[in-house]
Amino acid sequence: MHDVLILGAGLAGQRAALAAAETGASVALVSKVHPVRSHSVAAAGGINASVGEGDSWEAHAQDTVKGSDYLGDQDAIEVMCREAPAEIVHMERLGVPFHRDGKGRLATRPFGAASQPRTCYVADITGQALLHVLFEQLLRLAERIDRFEEWFVTRLLLDDDGACVGCIARNVRDGELRVLQAKSVILATGGAGQCFQPTTNAFICTGDGVAQGYRIGAPLMDMEFNQYHPTTLARVGILITEGARGEGAHLYNARGERFMESYAPNKLELASRDVVSRAEQTEINEGRGFPDGTVALDITKVPRNRTLEALREIVNIGRDFAGVDITREPIHICPGMHYMMGGVKVDVNGASPVPGLYAAGETACVSVHGANRLGGNSLLDTLIFGKRAGEHAGARAPEVEPPVVSDAVLADEERMIARIIGREPRGRKVSELRKELGRTMHQHVGVYRDANGLGAAHDAVRRLREEAQTTWIDDRGTLFNQDVLGALELGHLLDVAECIVVAAQSRTESRGSHFRTDYPARDDARWLRHQIVAANGDGRPEMSSAPVTTTRWQPEERTY
Amino acid sequence: MPEYTLRLQRFSPQTRPEPWWEEVTVELDRHHSVLDGILEAKERDGTIAIRYSCRAAICGSCGVRINGRPGLACHTQLGEAAQAASGGAIVIEPMGNMPVLKDLIVDMDTVHWRKVKQVRPWLVAAEPQPEREYIVPHETMVDVTQTMACIQCGACVSDCLSMEVDPLFVGPAALAKAYRFVSDPRDADDRGRLRDLAEDPHGLYDCTHCFNCVDACPKGVAPMNQIMRLRRIAGSDLEIDDANNGLRHEHGFVDNVRKNGLLHEGDLLTDSYGGKLKPRTVFVLFDSLPGILQALRRRKFSLHAALGHPHRDARRGHQRYFDRIEARPERVELNLYFSGYEDDPGSTPSVPTGEDSAAVASGPNPRKLRDRPGATS
Repeated sequence: MHDVLILGAGLAGQRAALAAAETGASVALVSKVHPVRSHSVAAAGGINASVGEGDSWEAHAQDTVKGSDYLGDQDAIEVMCREAPAEIVHMERLGVPFHRDGKGRLATRPFGAASQPRTCYVADITGQALLHVLFEQLLRLAERIDRFEEWFVTRLLLDDDGACVGCIARNVRDGELRVLQAKSVILATGGAGQCFQPTTNAFICTGDGVAQGYRIGAPLMDMEFNQYHPTTLARVGILITEGARGEGAHLYNARGERFMESYAPNKLELASRDVVSRAEQTEINEGRGFPDGTVALDITKVPRNRTLEALREIVNIGRDFAGVDITREPIHICPGMHYMMGGVKVDVNGASPVPGLYAAGETACVSVHGANRLGGNSLLDTLIFGKRAGEHAGARAPEVEPPVVSDAVLADEERMIARIIGREPRGRKVSELRKELGRTMHQHVGVYRDANGLGAAHDAVRRLREEAQTTWIDDRGTLFNQDVLGALELGHLLDVAECIVVAAQSRTESRGSHFRTDYPARDDARWLRHQIVAANGDGRPEMSSAPVTTTRWQPEERTY
Repeated sequence: MPEYTLRLQRFSPQTRPEPWWEEVTVELDRHHSVLDGILEAKERDGTIAIRYSCRAAICGSCGVRINGRPGLACHTQLGEAAQAASGGAIVIEPMGNMPVLKDLIVDMDTVHWRKVKQVRPWLVAAEPQPEREYIVPHETMVDVTQTMACIQCGACVSDCLSMEVDPLFVGPAALAKAYRFVSDPRDADDRGRLRDLAEDPHGLYDCTHCFNCVDACPKGVAPMNQIMRLRRIAGSDLEIDDANNGLRHEHGFVDNVRKNGLLHEGDLLTDSYGGKLKPRTVFVLFDSLPGILQALRRRKFSLHAALGHPHRDARRGHQRYFDRIEARPERVELNLYFSGYEDDPGSTPSVPTGEDSAAVASGPNPRKLRDRPGATS
C-alpha cells in the first residue's frame, strides 16, 4: 500500500512523484516503459515562463487565453503562468542546462503566438533534458519512491464508496498481475496521439489513463480539440520543432510564396499552431503544395552555426529521416496530429470528480489550453500541475483511511487476459484495426472537419469497437508479451477516439483546433462552454457541458 | 517496393532454451527504417519482441546490433543496412554485454542502469544557492548539452571492449554521465566524483581508447572523449594521483614519446612507475615477470628492441609538436557534438577561426569558470 500511486512516468508523473515524496507521503510510480522512454522525451523546443526582462505572467496568461480561443479556464491559466518562473528556476537548480544569454541568465526564444520571447530551452532537446534530470532525482530518492518499471496498468480499482483506491498492473517482463493499493491515484499517462496516423506521438501514446479514468466514471472535457502541429515530416509524422520558426525559419508553398503573409500578416510563421496548420492545409488542398502533399520549411534563413547549436536535433532528423541537410536546403513538411487539449477533467489541484483520482499533464484537462495549446505550454503544464497534483495527493494521505481491496479482483483480470490470449485466429489482427482507426481519424477528424466525415468516423469507430472484441493475437506466453498489451491498448484508443468523435460532432462551430467547414464561424453565444463526455451505464458516451471561467480577458476576435 | 531479408536472432527461453535464427522478408521503401522492417515482421508474427516507442531516435528504446554494429533500429535505413550486409540479409541481434531476456530485448537494469547509479548521477548543487538561476556562461551549458544528449540507449555499452574484459568497468555511458556533472559549474562535487572514479580499479583508467563507443553513439555524445576530458581534469587540473597508477601511466606515456620519438614499449612499464630505479618499479617488474617472459617467448618483443632503441631516429623534429601544444595558454577542448561540419564563409563570427575552425571550442575549461568572481549569484 502506498499513499500516492502515480501511473505514468513522463514529466507530469515524475514531477508528481517528487512533489508527493516531499510531503512525506509514500509513493509508487508505475510505467509501462522505463521512465526515460516516456514521450515527454521528444518535446523539443522549450518551456514557457515569463523570466525575461519586461515580461510578466499576465502577458503570458493573456497570450495563452487568446491562443486557447477563449476556451481556457482563466483561473487555471493564471495559476500556471504565475507559478512558471519559480518552477523553471527549480528545475534549473536540479541541473537542467537551460541555455543562457550573454549575461549568463536564462535565454528565451520566440515561439508561436507569444507576444515576447518567452520560451526557455536546452538546444532542441528541452523535454529530454527535463525528463532525464527528473529521473536523476528519482534515483537520488530511490528509497522514498518505489518504481514499477515496465508494468502495464490493466484497470483502476474503486472501493464501495466509489473512491479510486489503486489499480491492477501486469509486469511486462513475466506477466505477473498484482493489485497496487493506494489512498490516491494520479493518472499521468500522456495523450492518445496514436488514435491518428500519422502522428508525432510515440507508439506508446495510447490514451491508457484517459480511457481507464473514463471507464470508472471520470468525466472527460474538451475532447474535440486535437492539435495538428504545423511542421511534421509527411510520411512518418516525425516532429520538426516550432523552435525552427522561433529561430527564424520561413514557410513557402510550391510557388515559392511566403504564404503566411496572407493568413497572419503580423505574426507570419509565428501565429498560433491552429492558424498555421490550417493555412498549410489550405495551400495543399488548393493545389499550391508540393506533389507529396507538403509545403516547405526553410531553415537556411537561420544562421548556420546557430542551427547547429540550438536546433541540433532537427539537423539529425532532417539527415536521418528525410535525407535533407536543413542548413542547406528547405525541408518538406505538413500538419500532423500532435497533442490533445482534452482529457480527464480536473481542478487546479489535479483532482477529478472521482474521489482519490487525480490527473496531470496531457492526460488531464484543467483546462489551460482550451481549444488550442501554445507551443511551450505543454511542458509547463506537466510540471506545474504534476507538482500540484503530487502535493495535494500527498497532503491528503494522513486524512484518508487505508483502502482494503480484495485480491479476488485479480482472478477476474487473469480471466480477461486469458480470454484475449485464447481467441481463435479469425478475422483481422490488432495491428490492422489500429491502422484503420488511425487512417480514419486522420482523414475525417483532422485539420478540417464536417458532419459527413465525422459521421463516417463515428460509424467506423463503433464498428472497430465490435471487431476489437474478437481480434486475435499470436503470443501466448507471459514473457514480454507485447501482443496482449497491444490488444489492451487498442481498447483504450477506441474509447478515446469515440469520445473525440462524438464531441467533435456535437460542437457545431469552429474554435481553435476544431474547424468545421460546415460551421466555419466561432459562435460564442452558443459555444463558449466546455463539453463534457462521460460514460453512461452501457459504455456509451454521454454529453453535457460546463461553463468557461473568465477572470479578466473577455473574448475578442482572434487574429495574428 | 524493394524486398529486404532480415535475419533476426530469436530467443524465447519459455519455449526454447537456446537462441535461434529466423529469416523474414519485408517489402518496404529503402528509406524505411530497420525498426519499420522489424515491426512489419512483428505484424505477421506477434511473438517477436523488441522495445520501441518514438521511432525518431530520441527515446532510446530500440538499441540492437545491425550487421554486427550497435545502434538504434529506428535510426538505420533499410537501404543502408542492406548495403552493409555481407550475406544479403540484414543481420539483427540483441545488444552485447547485457543479458538477453527475449529476442531483441536485453536486461539494461543489471548492467547499464546499475553503472549509471554508481556515478552519483544527480547534481550536487554548489552553495550558496542563488535566489534565481545560477549565472553561468552560455558555453558551459552548451558543453553540458552534449552529454545531456545521451538517450541511455546502451549502444556504447553493447560494444565496449573494456567491459567485455572487465564486466565491472563503469563504462562509457556512465562515465559520460559523470562528465556531465564534473563539467557543470553548478556542481560542487567534481573533486569527489573524480577521486572516486580515479581510485576505482574499474573506473576512469579502465578505458583502452578503442573508439567503439564513439562509433556506436547515435547522438554524437562521443563517450570516450568525455572519459579523456575527465582524465585531463583529474590529472592535469586536480592532480589526483590515483592508486591505479592511471595518472602516472599517462605522464609516463607522454614522456616516453618525448624521449624516444615513437613509443618505446620496452620502457613503458618502468616509465609509468617513475623509472627503473624507483623501488616500486622493481616490485612491479618482478610481478610482471611471467607476462614479460611470455611476451618474449611469443616474440611480441625482443631483448634487442627492449634494450636498444632502434627507432631513435624518429625523434628528430617531433619536439615541435610538444612545443606547439605546450605553448598554448589554455587547453583546447573540442565539443564534437556541435561541430563535424566546416563553416560557411561569412557565417556568424562567434566561432574560432584558423586551425580550430573545424570545431566550436567549448571555451576555457568549464570547471575553472566556477572560480571566476560572480560565477554564482
